[in-house]
Amino acid sequence: MSTIEPAKIMAEPWDSGVQSPLRVLAPRAATPIVPSGSIAGRSLTAVVAILTFLAAVTAGAVTMLVGSASDWQSAVGREMTIQVRPVTGRDVEADVRAAIAAARGTAGVAEARALSKQDSEALVEPWLGSGLVLGELPIPRLIVVKLASGPTPDVAELRARLAAQVPSASLDDHRGWIDRMHAMADTAVAVGIAMLILVVAVTVLSVSFATRGAMATNRPIIEVLHYVGATDGFVASQFQRHFLVLGFKGGAIGGGVAGLLFGILAALNAWVAGTAGGDEAAALFGSLALGVTGYLVILALIVLMALATAYASRRTVNQTLENIE
Amino acid sequence: MVRFENVGLRYGLGPEVLRDLSFHIEGHSFQFLTGPSGAGKTSLLRMMFLSLKPTRGLISMFDEDTATLSKDGRATLRRRIGIVFQDFRLLDHLTTYENVALPLRVLGKEEAGYRAEVVELLQWVGLGERMSALPPVLSGGEKQRAAIARAVIARPQLLLADEPTGNVDPNLGQRLLRLFIELNKSGTSVVIATHDIALMDEYDARRLVLHEGRLHVYD
Repeated sequence: MSTIEPAKIMAEPWDSGVQSPLRVLAPRAATPIVPSGSIAGRSLTAVVAILTFLAAVTAGAVTMLVGSASDWQSAVGREMTIQVRPVTGRDVEADVRAAIAAARGTAGVAEARALSKQDSEALVEPWLGSGLVLGELPIPRLIVVKLASGPTPDVAELRARLAAQVPSASLDDHRGWIDRMHAMADTAVAVGIAMLILVVAVTVLSVSFATRGAMATNRPIIEVLHYVGATDGFVASQFQRHFLVLGFKGGAIGGGVAGLLFGILAALNAWVAGTAGGDEAAALFGSLALGVTGYLVILALIVLMALATAYASRRTVNQTLENIE
Repeated sequence: MVRFENVGLRYGLGPEVLRDLSFHIEGHSFQFLTGPSGAGKTSLLRMMFLSLKPTRGLISMFDEDTATLSKDGRATLRRRIGIVFQDFRLLDHLTTYENVALPLRVLGKEEAGYRAEVVELLQWVGLGERMSALPPVLSGGEKQRAAIARAVIARPQLLLADEPTGNVDPNLGQRLLRLFIELNKSGTSVVIATHDIALMDEYDARRLVLHEGRLHVYD
């Protein structure tokens, strides 16, 4: 039956005399086991880039808004205003002097200065127009109270003293305005965080869909990997590597463009500073420069997007591998 | 090494395609698995390769009950088995060299450590000049040899080959058989599924014959 006798079997090589291919096989980077082309790379990179851009613009805008609000608050918070209303039967000038004395006598007050009658009239002129005889009108007198750095003065005590000494005076510590500013800044931060959560959620969903598609395309590769003894962890890492790079690339493009945009905005802001329009914009929006914190936030976003991409792909790969024998 | 006890297999709700299979495959042994087309040779190989679960019976591989193995446990066990598929299952985007080196790459080995070994094996199977070629440009025989090289590169304890000479001429078939015999001599147990009677007549070895769902062993 047998024509090959075990004793005579010689496993001779096929290529005797062939020059060693070791010489032509120089070390080189190994081809990725999962080919890059089989991942919906470009479109997904674009999606991640756009989402990162939107998140970065939102985060940058919120950072600037919070920064401006904080600047306004600290400027406004260092001042209080005492308003002395003209009341029949009382000498308003004497009341103003008494209010200034009360303010100056309060610990923590650096300076108390009354606006002159002319200054007060100038304040209401934009509403009432010029050329009117304002002297006949009972315009309240304003006292600007500047606070010293350090502990905040006892506002309640000053208010009580004013009530006792100058009944026609009222103290405004701008608390209501600052509270509204706080609320606005908090709302902006909340909106920013909500946007960020939405962007990350959309990224995770997009990457999950793309990963599922990539795994379906690469099913034969996954099977072969299993046949040669690859664990699910090894297979997952082959896909995750692609998506981590893709996430970083998309994040860097989106975050980079957003950073560039803020840079241009800051340059424009500096360019128009001192002009009428520039001053109005600065008064309305505060500083348009993002600052180091803002750029760090954008950098963190890029990392976050890459991690979200890697997480989503790993989760999807693991779920899919569960169903592949 | 491999032990089947009363193993049965059915697909879905259909009839049993394999019934009451009971046999052993010893270490260092060589056997042909044969039977007519559709007899279930590939299904039996797949059960031995842990890619198909039996509907009943016990399969023990390397003294481990395969029914109780985790997925990673199956992966670890597969590293001790080499398989040559009828359709080769080479990865088209990897070169011949990279396809053959794949099991070692999966094991986490550094390329510098295995390059010489892979090149030597490729030369030995006659693919020394085709190392950088992609599978789509290889001939059927070259693909077959690359698939065999991939199956044996990690020195498996058990080699399963499904119609390994189905795509090659008789001369090449004989050379491939010599390769399997040489592997067996170096300690690997070999199971070759084939219905090529001429090939089986080339070498006196144990025969496992599948017929009508049952296995007949001819030592």
